[in-house]
Amino acid sequence: MTAFAATRPSTPNRMSPIDRPAPPLLEARGLRFARNDEPVFGPLDFSVDAGEALLVQGGNGSGKTTLLRVLAGLLSADGGEVDIDGQRARASHRARAIAYLGHLPGFKADLSALENLDFLCGLQGRRRAQLPANALAMVGLGGYEDALARQLSAGQRKRLSLARLWLSPAPLWLLDEPYANLDLDGIELVNRMVQAHLREGGAALVTTHGAYAAPPVRTRMLALEKATTA
Amino acid sequence: MSSGVGVIDDFHPRRNAEPARGRRMNRVALPGLVGSAKALMTRDLRLIWRRRGDALQPALFALLVVVLFALALGGEAQALSRVAAAVMWLAVLLAGLLSLDTLFRGDADDGSLEQWLLAPVPLGWLVAVRTFMHWATTALPLLVATPFLAELLHLPHGQLPVLMASLALGTPLLSLLGAVVAALTVGMRRSGILVGLLALPLYVPVLIFGAGSVARSAQGLDPVGALLLLGAGLVLAVVLAPLAAAAAIRIALN
Repeated sequence: MTAFAATRPSTPNRMSPIDRPAPPLLEARGLRFARNDEPVFGPLDFSVDAGEALLVQGGNGSGKTTLLRVLAGLLSADGGEVDIDGQRARASHRARAIAYLGHLPGFKADLSALENLDFLCGLQGRRRAQLPANALAMVGLGGYEDALARQLSAGQRKRLSLARLWLSPAPLWLLDEPYANLDLDGIELVNRMVQAHLREGGAALVTTHGAYAAPPVRTRMLALEKATTA
Repeated sequence: MSSGVGVIDDFHPRRNAEPARGRRMNRVALPGLVGSAKALMTRDLRLIWRRRGDALQPALFALLVVVLFALALGGEAQALSRVAAAVMWLAVLLAGLLSLDTLFRGDADDGSLEQWLLAPVPLGWLVAVRTFMHWATTALPLLVATPFLAELLHLPHGQLPVLMASLALGTPLLSLLGAVVAALTVGMRRSGILVGLLALPLYVPVLIFGAGSVARSAQGLDPVGALLLLGAGLVLAVVLAPLAAAAAIRIALN
């Protein structure tokens, strides 16, 4: 499979340490991944600066989810390097810098919405200024604090994931199909959250297969193409 | 929902500030080892409370084994007291095996393990805490019930302290070995009998030394040697098993 990467304009000339701009929040060089010797994506070169969003586009099976899982460290790449904030990404480093919103939300069905958030905040940390109850109200789940996760609809569970994301202290958001299962208000909510996050100096990678309206922020595009076996 | 969306900006008093890297990192509460352990323990206790019936299963299973053994041997005190320690050990071991598959399976199925991997604490630590909670909720109740079950089996009173000591050292060892096996099979959809097949060879030495210590004390020999070996195994497993299980989980999720 081949992939086409839109890289940022390179700055080859070395500058003095003082002039040198801050390293990108996330940088991938020659990143590739293969499953059973069959390439899934790559080699990819891209970078995301603080205050930027990277929209990863591609059809079903083009490797969007795999790319995000590799970046999150859940899968190990077959080649290439990932730098976070100018340093080679290690597990401990990733854990502090990355919040990952995947297809499996990681909620226990027998715990209430608030208890689930409490646990994940206890496990992964949270921003001091944010409280789980407020985050629930923000994503439109006010009044559902004591509802068990199993009683929530798919869209409500997605909103619960968004609340968890909102509480996360990580500057780099990896969002795998964040718009799935959400109504129009929910899509707007995701965009507002991404916007607010970027304004705070964070960055976001967003995968999408469709033509959802991208948030009005500085956005790079990364198009993954499903290769035709030549 | 429009009201909910509007709240976002209110949460950001410094919305006009220029993007600055690391700003969020300065205002975060990152969990330490103790904090994450507390969160995980609270979660597990809540889950057990929600599913109280399931939590009783290992204890009921052990009771069933003991009662059936007593009935099968005709309730004859002489015959029972000779095999009492071995039956107790078997009941506890099989009850532990029964609940082994639930150790990481639920967390793997709902994506919790992925979030564990992304937590800023070592995965081995979370595995250790989870295994401890598993032991505390499945083996500890059995340990408490042991004197009553031993009475059912006419265990000579003199052997009870040795039996309790061997179980106290042996059951955490079984849980830790079981955690490695459960982690190895977590990537499979249904592990079924495989967990038992993989775990039993590891369990055999524990069973031999555990039940053996009681047998030695019944023969009037010193049981301390066998207990010390159990203790040594436990120390080794406490250090190595969580690391091995964490490595296995990483591979299973890959």
